Amino acid sequence: MSTQAVANQLAALPLPPAKARLAAELVQGLDGASLTWLSGYMAGAAAQLHGLPAAVPAVPANQTDTRLTILYGSQTGNAKRVAEGLAEQARTAGLTVNLARADAYRTSELKKERLLYVVISTHSVGDAIEPPDDSRGLIEFLTSKRAPKLPELRYAVLALGDTSYPDFCGIGRQVDERLQALGATRLFARGEADADVDSVAKPWTEQALAKARETAGATAQPVARTSSDGVVTPLHPASSAWSRQRPFTAEVLVNQRIVADNHGKDVRHIELSLEGSGITYQPGDALGVWPRQADALVNAVLETLKLDGDSKVEHDGETRNLREWLTAHRELTALTKPFIAAHAERGNHADLAALTQPEAREQLAELLGTYQLLDLVRQWPATWTAQELVSALRPLAPRMYSIASSQAQVGEEVHLTVAYVHYTHDDEERWGAATHYLLNLAEGDTARVFIDTNDRFRLPADPARDVIMIGPGTGVAPFRAFVQQRQEDGATGRQWLFFGNQHRRTDFLYQLEWQQALRDDALTRLSVAFSRDQEHKIYVQDRLREAGREVWQWLDGGAQLYICGDADHMAPDVHAALVDIVAEHGGKSADEADAWLRQLMAEGRYARDVY
Amino acid sequence: MTDKLSALEHIKADSRYLRGTIAEGLADPLTGAISDPDTKLLKFHGSYMQDNRDIRDERRKQKLEPDYQFMVRLRLPGGVLTAPQWLAMDELAERYAERGLRITTRQTFQFHGIRKEHLRDMIHGINDCGLSTRAACGDDTRNVITSVNPEISSVYDEVFGWALKLKDHVATQTSAYEELWLNDGPADPDAWKKDAEPLYGKAYLNRKYKFGFAIPPNNDIDVFNQDFGLIAIIEDGKLAGFNIAPGGSMGTTAGDPSTYPSLGDLIGFVTPDQLLETCWQSIVVQGTFGDRGDRKHARLKYTIDRNGGLPWYRDQLQSRLSFKLAPPRPYHFTHNGDRFGWVQGEHGKWHLTLSIQSGRLLDDATQKRRTGMREIARIHKGNFRLTCDQNVVIAGVDEADKAAIDALAAQYQLDEYKTASGIRKHAISCVALPTCGLAMAESERYLPTILTKMEVLLAKYDLLQEDIHFRMSGCPNGCSRPYISEIALVGRAIGRYDLRLGGDHAGERLNAVYLENTDEEHILTALDELFGRFAAEREPGEHFGDFIARVGVVVPPARRPALEYA
Ligand code: SRM
Ligand SMILES: Cc1cc2nc3c(=O)[nH]c(=O)nc-3n(C[C@H](O)[C@H](O)[C@H](O)COP(=O)(O)OP(=O)(O)OC[C@H]3O[C@@H](n4cnc5c(N)ncnc54)[C@H](O)[C@@H]3O)c2cc1C
Ligand SMILES: Cc1cc2nc3c(=O)[nH]c(=O)nc-3n(C[C@H](O)[C@H](O)[C@H](O)COP(=O)(O)O)c2cc1C
Ligand code: SF4
Repeated sequence: MSTQAVANQLAALPLPPAKARLAAELVQGLDGASLTWLSGYMAGAAAQLHGLPAAVPAVPANQTDTRLTILYGSQTGNAKRVAEGLAEQARTAGLTVNLARADAYRTSELKKERLLYVVISTHSVGDAIEPPDDSRGLIEFLTSKRAPKLPELRYAVLALGDTSYPDFCGIGRQVDERLQALGATRLFARGEADADVDSVAKPWTEQALAKARETAGATAQPVARTSSDGVVTPLHPASSAWSRQRPFTAEVLVNQRIVADNHGKDVRHIELSLEGSGITYQPGDALGVWPRQADALVNAVLETLKLDGDSKVEHDGETRNLREWLTAHRELTALTKPFIAAHAERGNHADLAALTQPEAREQLAELLGTYQLLDLVRQWPATWTAQELVSALRPLAPRMYSIASSQAQVGEEVHLTVAYVHYTHDDEERWGAATHYLLNLAEGDTARVFIDTNDRFRLPADPARDVIMIGPGTGVAPFRAFVQQRQEDGATGRQWLFFGNQHRRTDFLYQLEWQQALRDDALTRLSVAFSRDQEHKIYVQDRLREAGREVWQWLDGGAQLYICGDADHMAPDVHAALVDIVAEHGGKSADEADAWLRQLMAEGRYARDVY
Repeated sequence: MTDKLSALEHIKADSRYLRGTIAEGLADPLTGAISDPDTKLLKFHGSYMQDNRDIRDERRKQKLEPDYQFMVRLRLPGGVLTAPQWLAMDELAERYAERGLRITTRQTFQFHGIRKEHLRDMIHGINDCGLSTRAACGDDTRNVITSVNPEISSVYDEVFGWALKLKDHVATQTSAYEELWLNDGPADPDAWKKDAEPLYGKAYLNRKYKFGFAIPPNNDIDVFNQDFGLIAIIEDGKLAGFNIAPGGSMGTTAGDPSTYPSLGDLIGFVTPDQLLETCWQSIVVQGTFGDRGDRKHARLKYTIDRNGGLPWYRDQLQSRLSFKLAPPRPYHFTHNGDRFGWVQGEHGKWHLTLSIQSGRLLDDATQKRRTGMREIARIHKGNFRLTCDQNVVIAGVDEADKAAIDALAAQYQLDEYKTASGIRKHAISCVALPTCGLAMAESERYLPTILTKMEVLLAKYDLLQEDIHFRMSGCPNGCSRPYISEIALVGRAIGRYDLRLGGDHAGERLNAVYLENTDEEHILTALDELFGRFAAEREPGEHFGDFIARVGVVVPPARRPALEYA
């Protein structure tokens, strides 16, 4: 498309005439790369303005004929990353692309679409699966009676999930099946990406591009590239050269336990140096960490399976010895359903195989939640070759940690708050891969990390806006970053933090800092719930209820609400408390209160970062 | 006298009779502490805020506040409690305290490691069984102590009765105590307006004030260590009255020679019916002249010494009394310290004094003495008396019940008094680390180590059975009354102590520094030599401290010139 065409298109947009003219002038004569950059710039500007990507404006029907719409629903940024990558490549390939986060997309557009890709992850609360927060509205719409027939739509879905949860990719499947039921044509089979997202996302993206080109036909013209080596200008030019695939090697500056002795509980405050990396991040972002499995665990696995760590294994075009495969490239601490099924078959274990059947959902969940590879192979022996093992085990995925610092205060450092996952199985020590790895890093050691941006979890752009932060346990991490940032910004809005843990004396994370923040007025209010300091358990949701009237007043007055931490119990319990509060003090029925909160969510004023 | 009031004087005066913001502080969920001014007021209610100093730095790195906790001290006149009360205290210690029961040098119990959220329940629980913590600490009249002297039962009973009356007579009156710890429901915000402190005034005393009754020939309470010492005068087997001896106390400040330990001196005699008036007026004198600007020089000893000495003081007191002070009457102390084992009193009942190292009753892997005492309390029909040497007397035992108590004492290693060396049985150490905020060196935790090393030396000279008084304090405040001891270590820094020598066996002579700010090696070398000399050169029956003073190893300080009586 020529820049003239782009200018024409812009002129058709619902901008005031003067602005439309300016916009048309602005894009005149720009090359594709510059245009792409500009689109990122505009989106960024919109996000700055609203804390949200700009809602995608309605488009006349004739234009939806030729465009590709890519919707994503993402909680922790994976789906977003894949969707953005696809959009980028599609644009480069000359396609007209409408990329939108699910909650920024007008569902009324749906019936006008001709070509739609959906990239969406599955989350869960307890046993029930849930869409990412940004996709609640979309899923509600799709599954409701209001959803239109879509006979002209061709589509495909990439579902993101994690096979260590019993219902793998449930939301993506739901979307896929529903679109078909609404009469749309599935272009190609649904992709189901596991924790190692890219091994499925990459081929899916390639297929999606090829199908889109076919569908869009000859109208598409490849966009000129900026440099001869074919590197595409990234959408977010601000982010540095480091990425998930090219992590930065960061030096550990501090690895400090921040809980007092408490029945073996361990939470670490970890400071990493980003010096020289050029990496920038914002409060709300997470840090991805590539762990390495402990030698002791790798040895135990090798020993139990009677495999030779030095044997060479070629897989996916890479040749490494088995030990290195297991240490740096495969999950050992988390099991997956496909692996369990394969293992059961190999060892001829009918009882184990039975667990992978749909009716044994709960038992499987239990097994996935409490057994590691070693426990499985010990209890249900089976023979594996090195080669087979490497291809059956899930590739190692990086772990995310909410960033607990603001660069405004810490400069080229990034701080984390990491709860050590450890327990015993048959009297033997077991641990989580990444937390064990992090726990054992000494000052001066290094870790491979990258920034996982999370635009859905951002401080309000308006420094006068109040914020309510609910972050029990390590959920408090991003709020340390928030408070630091607001302090540096001299924000005038009030900040109210809800924190909880078991005991004030031993696990009041960052107690001294919060006390100081209160004295400095960087924190307006701190409500704490220490569940085991009294006979009956008290949690943050109880503190919320106690302060219900004021919570409502803050919310009603425009406060932004944030929840971070445990997804299984805390987040739903807190939500329930909020519903009650909004109902009681806002004079609403429970349903209205819930809808009111969902609306806040849709507006980006109620953000969750739960795990 | 300093004119400017110390900051604490304002805190007290503005506290609405010791309320301050204690209630708000207790309710603050963000910290295990209460505010600094409130910690000063809390003392008047019998509790100190402390923190576990062992882990202070560790917690700072953990971004956690210090491990705040509270020490709760009972007010226990004469150290007397009943068996059910013992069991109740044991139960409270189990439920809320971290380091068991701790018998203090003013014959009461301390509980350590109480969490803020339990403080009210703790104090409430103490009151529920008829005991109190009111004025156990603070700038007021402290626990009134009394010789346990079991042999002379009739006089003992009478003196103990006077101790109880004195406690009530000079008690603080504020209803803040009930309001904070005992009453349920919201406090009346105006209640303080109805409060009054006729004796103390709203700023209370300028400093702690201590009364103690000694019953000769036993000076087990170290009567000359009291601000206002009272010596029972027994004539014809009956209590005739009390000699009064003001101006004693131990506390000094390291490196400040204007502070000093001092023994009280006699200024007169009062009959029992004159006792309460005399004590009351002594508080009025201290309230009038005591320094309110400089807490280092605020105790009665400085009030006396800086204003004109004993004559001045006697005049001040006399001018406020409705009767004429009589000259002191004769008495004789044969010893301080406790006498261990069974003794029979006049009423025919038996009393067993047990030696409890540092007064700490705490079960651990190697011993269960606290359990042992609980078992004894379960079968004991009499009461208990805690001693100022941190020991315990099981008092009022029938002949028939002795065996059962002996058996329990043996079973729970409470009968060490039978086998322990003389120095070990009599040793006293203050609490010091990790709870005492003022400690400069270890004391209680170091005592077993240093005793064992000293015993090696004593054994060399066959002195293990010698009753040598050894007292250790973690700082110059002298809570173990080290300045009246034959051998004393006074902490100056971790691992460093002043070695003091030359006290007597009756609490009538101060000791003096022999080695200043030195370490264990030097201490042991010095003691080795002196024990050797003592064994070789002592006169028959001569005590170690008397020997030190006689041969001039140190020169003990003189006491105030004696008063003349018209
Ligand atoms: C528990 C006890 C020592 C023991 O191991 O038994 C004790 C412990 C403390 N004494 Fe004491 N004193 C104790 C008897 C004494 C005595 C002996 C006596 O009164 O017979 C003295 C020496 C006499 C005197 O008053 O000088 C004594 C002189 C001090 C002083 C110095 C006072 C002065 O005038 O300089 C302080 C510091 C102060 O008051 O500023 C002090 C302060 C303290 C404190 C409360 C520390 C503080 O102020 O923060 C100690 C608490 C330690 C802890 O962790 O428990 N304590 N203190 C004794 C409790 C007595 C009671 O039940 O009421
Ligand atoms: C956006 C986001 C932000 C996050 N922020 C933080 C943060 O700030 N701080 C933080 O600490 N974490 C955070 N997490 C969680 C973090 O990413 C990891 O999931 C977590 O640290 C565990 O990783 P691991 O590799 O140690 O454990 P894994 O190796 O992934 O898991 C260990 C396995 O052990 C098993 N297991 C665990 N506990 C038990 C038990 N008690 N009994 C039996 N089996 C058990 C389970 O099967 C589990 O699969 C965040 C996650 C997300 C998605
Ligand atoms: C709290 C939580 C619950 C999850 N529950 C499920 C689940 O039930 N089923 C599933 O397939 N994946 C589950 N996942 C995995 C995510 O779908 C997966 O991490 C995905 O890559 C996230 O994509 P996103 O970052 O775009 O949200 C869960 C992840 C989290 C953090
Ligand atoms: S003597 Fe010093 S260290 Fe020992 S308890 Fe008293 S104040 Fe604390």
